[in-house]
Amino acid sequence: MNEKPEKLIDKKGIRLDGRKADELRPVKLQVGVLSHADGSAYIEHGKNKILAAAFGPREVHPKHLMQPDRMVLKVRYHMAPFSVQERKSPAPSRREVELSKVIKESLEPALFLELYPRTGVDVFVEVLQADGGTRCAAITAAALAIADSGVPMRDLVVGCAAGKIDDTVVLDLYDAEDKLGAADVPVAYMPSLNAITLLQMDGILQPAEFEKAVNMAVEGCKKIYEMQKEALKTKYMVVKEVEE
Amino acid sequence: MPTFFEKKQLVTPGEMLAEGDYLPGENTYVEANKIYASRIGLVDSDNKKVNVVALRAFYMPKMGDIVIGTVIEVGFNGWTVNIKAPYTAMLRASDVLSRPFKPQNDELSQVLTAGDLIVAKIATFDRAHDPQLTVGEPGLGKITRGQILHVTPTKIPRIIGRKGSMISMIKQETNCQIILGLNGVILVTGKTLEEEELAISVIRKIEEESHTSGLTDRITQLLKEKKVVKVEENVNE
Repeated sequence: MNEKPEKLIDKKGIRLDGRKADELRPVKLQVGVLSHADGSAYIEHGKNKILAAAFGPREVHPKHLMQPDRMVLKVRYHMAPFSVQERKSPAPSRREVELSKVIKESLEPALFLELYPRTGVDVFVEVLQADGGTRCAAITAAALAIADSGVPMRDLVVGCAAGKIDDTVVLDLYDAEDKLGAADVPVAYMPSLNAITLLQMDGILQPAEFEKAVNMAVEGCKKIYEMQKEALKTKYMVVKEVEE
Repeated sequence: MPTFFEKKQLVTPGEMLAEGDYLPGENTYVEANKIYASRIGLVDSDNKKVNVVALRAFYMPKMGDIVIGTVIEVGFNGWTVNIKAPYTAMLRASDVLSRPFKPQNDELSQVLTAGDLIVAKIATFDRAHDPQLTVGEPGLGKITRGQILHVTPTKIPRIIGRKGSMISMIKQETNCQIILGLNGVILVTGKTLEEEELAISVIRKIEEESHTSGLTDRITQLLKEKKVVKVEENVNE
């Protein structure tokens, strides 16, 4: 793992973990996993394992964050000390504070903030195990948690990344590809409204490659969106079956 | 002008429901002349109006609603009340006391104290102010006896039934007084514990099976069965 492999993608287009260039890692989603939260979700995206819990709308604490004309969304992204190989200090790092903000801003367009003035929704994202692309997986899980809590949403938000390893644009980078590759483009997307709510780029890409990466990530989002809807329906379908 | 759903289909936020000449109902919104769902729930259309009956929602205060709340704090000239909504409600002392309120003469915690349950009506509520409660009408005020249960606020209309058919039947069959708080809190007061338990079990059943058809008939039957059992028990005694 510490040695840099010669090639991240071979001549046949197979990556180090055996995927093709446009292949997602396996995704597993579950809704309503925490009983004390108003809404919750769990995602396994490849080796990423992330829990998200949503609370509210409720009174905002601390009070000075309250907005007289709209609801505030607060997001805390946190990585567990055991989520990475070397112990991570549990104190919020610069990276976590930044990701909290990024996730918050990618979820806000999906909410009807103006309908619930002076209230707040809290979202807690806990990364239990990280393997690259946690911000995207966190957005996917957080959107499900909010939907499960009963807060109205324009659409579910899905996160997915694309990037460049060696000279190829590929979908959904994992840890090694992210660290050794040339570029990473995380995208958050609302499929029904065809709206991008997060677009970042780390690395260098040609304009054509960038466009290809964004389109690839959006296609990935659409695939995960179907699983997201399925996961949300599964929870309430069980409720419905009990009724019948 | 098509619609994209079957009756009572389960939809998720963001699912497109109709296009063109339709009206957005509950838990839906319009974007570029298309109607989308905004909550997880079951779709239904009523003429040209598309509604989603939410399976998960919270209570949003509305003027005139009857709610059941818990006093959380005694203040200088009133009480703060938790009504299970995004906002905490206020009940003013002058509303409870029938005479002018003077802080020198009246000890508010003797009237209502933290933990007390009250039935109240929402007097005022708007975007800029927290809801104000009133208890100045018959049937409102402090709860002294009975049992409390919590249901999802969206299920209250089902418990009421068409023109109150369901709730009046339960009241009649169980001899219980039932007050439905629109915020999802229900007060059941009966003469005996058994009657209260029966009413509660029936309400629980309605909550669980709220979206099935023929529910009223099944509830009627359930109530009859339970009653027969009770009569038999009495005979054996």
